[in-house]
Amino acid sequence: MEFDFSGIIPSLPGLWNGMVMTLQLMALGVVGGIILGTILALMRLSHSKLLSNIAGAYVNYFRSIPLLLVITWFYLAVPFVLRWITGEDTPVGAFTSCVVAFMMFEAAYFCEIVRAGVQSISKGQMGAAQALGMTYGQTMRLIILPQAFRKMTPLLLQQSIILFQDTSLVYTVGLMDFLNASRSRGDITGLPHEFLIFAGLVYFTISFSASFAVKRLQKGFAP
Amino acid sequence: MNYNWDWGVFFKSTGIGDERYLDWFVTGLGWTIAVALAAWIVALALGAVLGVMRTVPNRWVSGIATTYVEIFRNVPLLVQLFLWYFLVPDLLPQPAQDWFKLGLAPETSAYISVVVCLGLFTAARVCEQVRTGIQALPKGQLGAARAMGFRLPQIYRYVLLPQAFRIIIPPLTSEFLNIFKNSSVASLIGLMELLAQTKQTAEFSANLFEAFTLATLIYFTLNMSLMLLMRLVEKKVAVPGLISVGGK
Repeated sequence: MEFDFSGIIPSLPGLWNGMVMTLQLMALGVVGGIILGTILALMRLSHSKLLSNIAGAYVNYFRSIPLLLVITWFYLAVPFVLRWITGEDTPVGAFTSCVVAFMMFEAAYFCEIVRAGVQSISKGQMGAAQALGMTYGQTMRLIILPQAFRKMTPLLLQQSIILFQDTSLVYTVGLMDFLNASRSRGDITGLPHEFLIFAGLVYFTISFSASFAVKRLQKGFAP
Repeated sequence: MNYNWDWGVFFKSTGIGDERYLDWFVTGLGWTIAVALAAWIVALALGAVLGVMRTVPNRWVSGIATTYVEIFRNVPLLVQLFLWYFLVPDLLPQPAQDWFKLGLAPETSAYISVVVCLGLFTAARVCEQVRTGIQALPKGQLGAARAMGFRLPQIYRYVLLPQAFRIIIPPLTSEFLNIFKNSSVASLIGLMELLAQTKQTAEFSANLFEAFTLATLIYFTLNMSLMLLMRLVEKKVAVPGLISVGGK
């Protein structure tokens, strides 16, 4: 069996569009996931039993089901749910439903990272801030979270690399991300193998260099 | 877009033979378990070998294992699955190709691809856990075994591995659970496992919320019961006096 990789070159602009979508999905998923994850982490750590149980159930729930199930379910269900809420037909694209799925799913994982980060800050910090007359909200916002985020940056980045790879699952709803773009170009040009290998190499190069950079960063962060 | 709730849908006939929707879920769960268990055996065996290789005092041997881990960790699972299902069979010699593509039932060839893919994918993760386990053991263990005249294979066989495996049970458990969740990608190459059956039920019956709720419940229950089972195993095999290492 022979490979002809020169056939990929004319398709590069199309593949680039796919990569842009992959990166958009990842960026939105990471930003939304971290925001929602931080809220969940604060709920889990709060003194209110109710709040901490709700957040705990959320995390347990999303960590025990496959991401692919969440993506598929949201894709089918979001139009119905929006109809119930707004009372009229609101067209939602696959892109929006996937972004929502990534945000909600990743939030469960980011929550655990943030929680561990907050818990790793020494108790004295909290006590000192309160002795200075800061409220709970101020202490979290100005003292605890900035230190925690600094500590957990490598872990957050690592999770983002995992999400970068997991965005390829949007294949199931037909979004033209990098993998799907490669697959469809491969089918059109009659070079499915070459395009698949190329896609694998690109994913590998990006993830590998990013993980390498994170490891370097981690060494710089270590006290 | 009106939605008719009907929680009794699972006991209704699918219209195909005398199957009910619930039967589809049972078949799907069967495939999910069959994929996960077979892939787990591959992952555990290969991962243990690779994990040992990474700790052996030989740069070539550990280099090979490191390369394996980097490759399998940095390519998305779905890309790996497509490579195993669409590319690798075409690289086989002609008789093997005919057997794989024409001789086997379609679900059997999909099953083989998924098991190989998930097994090798998870092996890279198991390898890292085994390595961590071996490196977490006190250095004195290796020295003491050497002083007693054990050869390197004996040191691994009798001293390091039996301890390492017992302290890495918690992280191995989460890999074990991951393999069940990751097996859902099999639905994308046409294997009718749990997620594929759920989608099919949603399409046939138009009761998508009920179908996906049941699927979620099944995954959730599966996860929880496996976790409890592994806790029991963990307690049973805990190394006396090494609780602090295991609890980390």
